[in-house]
Amino acid sequence: MAGRTFSFPIRANLPTKRGDYLTLVFLLVCLVFFLMPIYVMVVTGLKEATSVSLSTMWNLPTRLSVGGFMEAFERLRPNMGNSLMIAIPATIISACWGSVNGYLFAKWKFRGSNILFALLVFGMFIPYQSILIPLIQFLEILKLYGTIPGLVAVHVIYGLPIVSLIFRNYFANIPDEMIEAARIDGAGLIRIFTRVMLPLSMPAFVVVAIFQFTNIWNDFLFGVTILPNPQSQPVTVAVNNLSGSFSVDWNVVMAGSITAALPTALIYILLGRFFIRGLLAGSVKG
Amino acid sequence: MNPLPATNSGGTQPVSNQLNQNQETGRPLRLTRRLSDRILSPTILSPAMILIVLFVYVFIAITIWVSLSNWHTLKIDMSLRQPIWATYQQMFVMPRWHADLRNVFIFTTLFLTFSLGLGLVLALLLDRKLLGYTIFRNVFLFPYSLSFIVTGIAWRWIFNPETGINVLIDSLGINKLITGLGGPALHPGWTTDPSVLLPLNNWLGALFPPVKSLSIQLGIPMALIPVVIAATWQLTGFAMSMYIAGLATVPHELREAARIDGATEFQVYTKVVIPQLRPVTVSTAIILGHVSLKIFDLIFAMTGVGPGFATDVPGIFVFEQTFKATRYNLGAAASIVMLLLVSMIIVPYLWTNLRKR
Repeated sequence: MAGRTFSFPIRANLPTKRGDYLTLVFLLVCLVFFLMPIYVMVVTGLKEATSVSLSTMWNLPTRLSVGGFMEAFERLRPNMGNSLMIAIPATIISACWGSVNGYLFAKWKFRGSNILFALLVFGMFIPYQSILIPLIQFLEILKLYGTIPGLVAVHVIYGLPIVSLIFRNYFANIPDEMIEAARIDGAGLIRIFTRVMLPLSMPAFVVVAIFQFTNIWNDFLFGVTILPNPQSQPVTVAVNNLSGSFSVDWNVVMAGSITAALPTALIYILLGRFFIRGLLAGSVKG
Repeated sequence: MNPLPATNSGGTQPVSNQLNQNQETGRPLRLTRRLSDRILSPTILSPAMILIVLFVYVFIAITIWVSLSNWHTLKIDMSLRQPIWATYQQMFVMPRWHADLRNVFIFTTLFLTFSLGLGLVLALLLDRKLLGYTIFRNVFLFPYSLSFIVTGIAWRWIFNPETGINVLIDSLGINKLITGLGGPALHPGWTTDPSVLLPLNNWLGALFPPVKSLSIQLGIPMALIPVVIAATWQLTGFAMSMYIAGLATVPHELREAARIDGATEFQVYTKVVIPQLRPVTVSTAIILGHVSLKIFDLIFAMTGVGPGFATDVPGIFVFEQTFKATRYNLGAAASIVMLLLVSMIIVPYLWTNLRKR
């Protein structure tokens, strides 16, 4: 079988042995498990409020209704906008800044740069609960507490470790000979970055952008603690509030969850390749 | 196989040194250029580093100070308590905190077992590249792109004892079967069930008498199981992807050699492939382990503190003490314990990985 896979790396193998059929059955069972919550969300979201009942949860809707989605979208629209206004600038700023840091840590090492890098990388593992109290006090002093720019700054700063790490690993793969060659041509640190490294780093930017956008979009802790005003909260916080209030029907909650998940889900579906690369680059720390 | 691209910089370093030596003539000029560039590099890095030192290390130091202070109302009070560790002392006798530590330990153990186990099995099965394997792979990873909040909402609905799984149990006729056999109908309370499976207190109490005086039951809180399932659902795809990436680096020759030596297909995996995946397992366990020690959003959206703190974890404890009860010193103390727990696995990991280069 390995030989067949080897010669046709793209084509899938047809099941031949009994073990192959058992494998497929097991994978199908797992598929049902993985699709179950998505099925529940979609089916419930498409039901009419009156036909959402506890005992018929698994049934398909008798009549399709977009009412749940309409109401969810109406309620969540401002928060979707907030999430975009938080995630897009924070992603762009942290990607640009992190690319510079990653380049320097990869190619312009100096005495102690590895220790600095370790200090930086540790920052992405900390439980953010352990910095929240001083963070909020500090943002209050700067008059940034409760504001979207404040939350953008927070995401940029705490995103620096992971973004710098991904870029550092990416730039480390670019041969030093290229830098040497540019240097002999008289280019300095800055020119090597803008003329040699940046043109090569598009794939890393895509990976980082997807990774950061997903992380920031899905954030809850910073959103709920730094933005107490419901008007400016990101969509994750708004959806959680929606599901916690008893006056809202379940079809609206489920439709709202789908709405909130849609941007990152679409990124995954459309750009899955880069998504996986970012996940591996970001998780394979060090 | 080593998932870390550690060899890259390590491998290219000697080459550049060699180049420097070979270009002896160009040296004086390049040395001065190098010198200014060497100063430039730390200068450009300094804003980011200053921010990280402030926002990570100084803030952690302030949080430690808060945890030792008298600040337990809305009014800021940074004076130190007498004795200085009084808040920690107070926290470590709280039954709720005991429950939190039990829960986060049980949660991490179960979640790591399931997600790593299932992730490995799925990666190995998909490695055979049978019909539709890209579809399977994409579906299994899909939950990773969602937020914990969405995951929590969906699974809360599924484990609602009035509907979801319990309706499924009824409509699939499982309960008819059980009652027909004379057993009691299955109607688990799931997230509302305060009971603890596999109670350990008596057994452990025989070994360590202090356990007998605990006010909580050690064991597996029933309400925590749905949360473990939800977390496994969300993050198994991550473990699977790590293993798929790892499998790609296990040389085909190695497996072929084992087959030629007469190993069965099962032995090829248990004796050759899986041992090669050890470094992937370590990295994945550490990454998922630190996520699980910090777990907050998922539980916040799915169950909250749970019946009798059955699903409460340090992440929730910190949030509630700090932002709901305004007991800042208590919240800070709990967050510092969280930080210590995470550091215990992350610091050795970073130490070994960053020293390699």
